[in-house]
Amino acid sequence: MTATPAAQTSRTPGAAFILKKSLISALVALVLFSLMIGIRTEAGPDGQLTYWTRFGDLAVMVAAVFGGSILIELLRQWWGPVDAGKVMPAPVQNALSLAGRLLPPALLVFTFLVPVLFYDERYILDLAILVLTYVMLGWGLNVVVGLAGLLDLGYVAFYAVGAYSYALLATNFGLSFWICLPLAGILAAFWGVLLGFPVLRLRGDYLAIVTLAFGEIIRLVLINWQTLTGGPNGVTGIPRPTLFGIPLTPADDGLAALLGIEFSPTHRIVFLFYIILALALLTNWVTIRLRRLPIGRAWEALREDEVACRALGINTTTTKLTAFATGAMFGGLAGAFFATRQGFISPESFTFHESALVLAIVVLGGMGSQLGVALAALTMIGGFELFRGLDQYRMLVFGMAMVLLMIWRPRGLVGHRAPTVFLARKEAISSDLVKEGHG
Amino acid sequence: MSGAPILTVDRLAMRFGGIVAVNDLSFDAERRKITALIGPNGAGKTTVFNCITGFYKPTSGAICLTHDDGKAVQLERLNDFRIAKLARVARTFQNIRLFPGMTALENLMVAQHNALMRASGLTFLGLIGAPSWRNAEQAAIDLSRTWLDRIGLLDRADDAAGNLPYGDQRRLEIARAMCTQPALLCLDEPAAGLNARESAALSELLLSIRADHGTSILLIEHDMSVVMEISDHVVVMDHGLKIAEGTPREIRDDPKVIAAYLGSDEEEAIAVMESGT
Repeated sequence: MTATPAAQTSRTPGAAFILKKSLISALVALVLFSLMIGIRTEAGPDGQLTYWTRFGDLAVMVAAVFGGSILIELLRQWWGPVDAGKVMPAPVQNALSLAGRLLPPALLVFTFLVPVLFYDERYILDLAILVLTYVMLGWGLNVVVGLAGLLDLGYVAFYAVGAYSYALLATNFGLSFWICLPLAGILAAFWGVLLGFPVLRLRGDYLAIVTLAFGEIIRLVLINWQTLTGGPNGVTGIPRPTLFGIPLTPADDGLAALLGIEFSPTHRIVFLFYIILALALLTNWVTIRLRRLPIGRAWEALREDEVACRALGINTTTTKLTAFATGAMFGGLAGAFFATRQGFISPESFTFHESALVLAIVVLGGMGSQLGVALAALTMIGGFELFRGLDQYRMLVFGMAMVLLMIWRPRGLVGHRAPTVFLARKEAISSDLVKEGHG
Repeated sequence: MSGAPILTVDRLAMRFGGIVAVNDLSFDAERRKITALIGPNGAGKTTVFNCITGFYKPTSGAICLTHDDGKAVQLERLNDFRIAKLARVARTFQNIRLFPGMTALENLMVAQHNALMRASGLTFLGLIGAPSWRNAEQAAIDLSRTWLDRIGLLDRADDAAGNLPYGDQRRLEIARAMCTQPALLCLDEPAAGLNARESAALSELLLSIRADHGTSILLIEHDMSVVMEISDHVVVMDHGLKIAEGTPREIRDDPKVIAAYLGSDEEEAIAVMESGT
């Protein structure tokens, strides 16, 4: 009896609490923005410093923060604790689970139809290819981060290895895309093992730092090894992929001429679209298969508890290395595709920003979830394009959307884990039980 | 050869810097018997376990495991996962270390990793779904099912291990260790946190494991009712030294053991020991 009122008050903090919290937020905003927004400095005509104040803008910002934090607090109270299980009525739950089951096939069918539906809209086709490239990268990194729980901040290195493998093999030796594609995958996997060896003993933050450094090393080598890679100028004239040796060009031996139809540059775009779709689906299929094999289960067990793995006789060294190699291989395949799509690559395409973006896709999607990663790639890449009209506020809006998403779903869009084997019923495992791994 | 002890610990010592955790410890664990390692907190029991199972490298001394076919393995020369894989020593942990986000069934499947890796042709046969792999996988599932049935968790096979009650988690960890088909099973305080009824069920499980599989068991335990009921041989440690060994009855009456457990207050010590009968 006595505990009830106390619990009540602690659950719904009063107006004073909200006001206090909002005031603190507003104060922090005032301190932060007083110099950033409140004072504007510029170099005068004679090089001297001129400045003027913009207290009006400052007041608006601080007021916005104050109002916003009140709003967030109220929303939070309305929503309840984030981790509390929401009790939903049975029909809603059934409808949700049905929607969850139907979503992947529906998405797949829609993706297959994208070139048909948007045949005339080059922009959408290009965007779809970009999204699928990131879906594939996300699925590839998901093996390392999501399944094995090894935080990899240098994933772009393997993307670069794949891209340069194809570009250099094609321009120097004239090898075709379809021969280079597996070679790029193998080379990237090899580099994955090479990175894996020194970082085997590292965990968590240390692992993240070393993988980050590895990504930068690859980029710097690409910039400075001018004789091989062309340095900052990159590699140009990378051949386009062919359909079993038939080029997609307006020439007499091109695909359009052979089929007797009028040539259109869209053919090549559609062709590229289906290549990356096939590659992404291959990544997905292999990952789903691997999860049900002992190696995939060992990856997940490694993420859950490395000590227990060793006590069960699992070689953690090779298990980690295979995770790195598999993830790197998919990155390499995506890189080869990137090179053939662009026709030109330079080290600028392989900055840390790309690694961070792919990692954000994996984290946002829900680590380990294939559907979540695909949705996150669509949201991140598609959403980023959606905000294009907002010009300089694009990054701000985008960042805020991400923060809100992580407050709403701290374990990603699809946080639960599906078991790999079951006796009677396949039931998703709640995200609070699934470990994130320690690197 | 099968008469020889399965495990011979010879003058084992383990020092961490200046701290001597285990000093000059020698004992044998008989084949197909249950050997208990007991002693007050901080006596060095878990350190001995960690040396046997390869988590620590002993400072000096030898640990020899002799398999049924007479093949002997020097455990102190192996490290890490190789002890579990090559010497077939399985262990459980004092603080349960299941894979909480995986189902009970998956936990048992992970334990069969090495056998399944061979069957899946290092993943490649498995990737193309070869029939030999499918059969091996089904056999692994059947073995897991048998063990789940034995520990009474068949109806919770598809539940996350982290969601199981504490006592079930303890039993699942033992079943997981048994799924590696061990020659020697090392249990670190399997009865910790269990109530009297669960402890009795645990004793029964351990006795049946020994009877049905011929697995030798080495256990650390504080619960005297379990130790006295199931052990064939008891080794008592204190401050890193072996202070006594013998049958449970001999140990219970040994004044040195009583003194080690409860200082010099023999009355109380006797009461504790008696409670175990």
